[in-house]
Amino acid sequence: MDNERYELNKELAQMLKGGVIMDVTTPEQARVAQEAGACAVMALERIPADIRAAGGVSRMSDPGMIKGIQEAVSIPVMAKCRIGHFAEAQILEAIEIDYIDESEVLSPADDVYHIDKTKFKVPFVCGAKDLGEALRRISEGASMIRTKGEPGTGDIVQAVRHMRKMNQEIARLTSMREDELYDAAKQLQVPYDLVKYVHEKGRLPVVNFAAGGVATPADAALMMQLGAEGVFVGSGIFRSGDPKKRAAAIVKAVTNYKDAKILAELSENLGEAMVGINEQEIQLLMAERGK
Amino acid sequence: MKIAVLAVQGAFVEHERMLGQLGIESFEIRQKNDLRQDFDGLILPGGESTVMGKLVRELGLFEPLKEKIAGGLPVLGTCAGLILLAEKLSNDANVYFGTLPVTVKRNAYGRQLGSFYTNAEVRGIGEIPMAFIRAPYIESVGSGAEVIAEVDGNIVGVRYGRQIGVSFHPEVTDSLRLHRYFVELAAAG
Repeated sequence: MDNERYELNKELAQMLKGGVIMDVTTPEQARVAQEAGACAVMALERIPADIRAAGGVSRMSDPGMIKGIQEAVSIPVMAKCRIGHFAEAQILEAIEIDYIDESEVLSPADDVYHIDKTKFKVPFVCGAKDLGEALRRISEGASMIRTKGEPGTGDIVQAVRHMRKMNQEIARLTSMREDELYDAAKQLQVPYDLVKYVHEKGRLPVVNFAAGGVATPADAALMMQLGAEGVFVGSGIFRSGDPKKRAAAIVKAVTNYKDAKILAELSENLGEAMVGINEQEIQLLMAERGK
Repeated sequence: MKIAVLAVQGAFVEHERMLGQLGIESFEIRQKNDLRQDFDGLILPGGESTVMGKLVRELGLFEPLKEKIAGGLPVLGTCAGLILLAEKLSNDANVYFGTLPVTVKRNAYGRQLGSFYTNAEVRGIGEIPMAFIRAPYIESVGSGAEVIAEVDGNIVGVRYGRQIGVSFHPEVTDSLRLHRYFVELAAAG
């Protein structure tokens, strides 16, 4: 991937900022998401909550199903491939997906290596739970980062932890002397150039969204106030009582995330939220996949 | 001089940074209350036009902003912002402000793999870098609308009175020239 392509891919993520990216499993859901104000959809066969419930190996979705969703909406369509599964990524690129999520939600295909994303023209988003993971993914070619959170749980605690951790580590880098950055790069196990970038600018070189456990407008507002530039909602919408209403409310909550009055109105009468799973009840921590 | 930037979704911060570099004060419009202050110009940024169009309506911004634009408020729309201004979309039934007499094709260059950079001339400004990201282009212009930029035979910039619509993103490049041009237009009142 040449540098121009990488810049364009980072800029597509910039256009998604302040928006909500929603998991959808059918063209019908994709249309509901678009009408509710999603800035992009993530096409997948099963939402994370169902993947968690079903167990077994979880893979890239059927390209035919993804194409159906591409035809149903005009907004960007993303799809997931397994960590390290560059052949799945090649297939997604061949159907001209707008963004590939190399995702811990699916079963990892490689327990050592992530995909060399610099070999692709399409952009990649990757999950991270701290600054080291985020910068490693960026050095591999990711043009957008999201917190890992804990997918399919409806529990926001992990996404909060990951966002706070990243912010704390960014703040720490910015307060360092320049001669300390070499050791910081060593500690974080990331290239020096990226450490220097964060030190100078006080932010990641790519857009950073919240993901994993967002279920309510308040969850979305919480993540935005903690510094997320937008939000992924997976199981939280189509696993809830009134997906249309909840989706639209989360979209508005992201736009007016600091206005508690508006958030209060948005949170009224949304019907039942997805049934959550607490951290202590989880058998499988997806966030531990792919470091 | 104060410029408002529609900030319901998309790359609005990038525009604010450009204005900041020009020493121009800006503020964000996210809800109706934000319209209480006076402003001399409006920027409609890039993002997803479906999202921005929907939020503008549902947050009660549509009527007041449309009235201001139709009343001669200087406005710059980039990419999705151009779509919000267009009188007609050739591949979408939606119309938003509809104050700019042009027909626009959404996602005219295809999906993300069709995104590209180029340098091209903008009338009255000169050659500037342009980023086209899942960009639209203008298929036809109505009377009174002046074509100010073309790339590969497609219209990518138009001016109609005090409205400027471009299908590319100047805000992600390092050129401030289109913003300066817009600020001068706004200053001329």
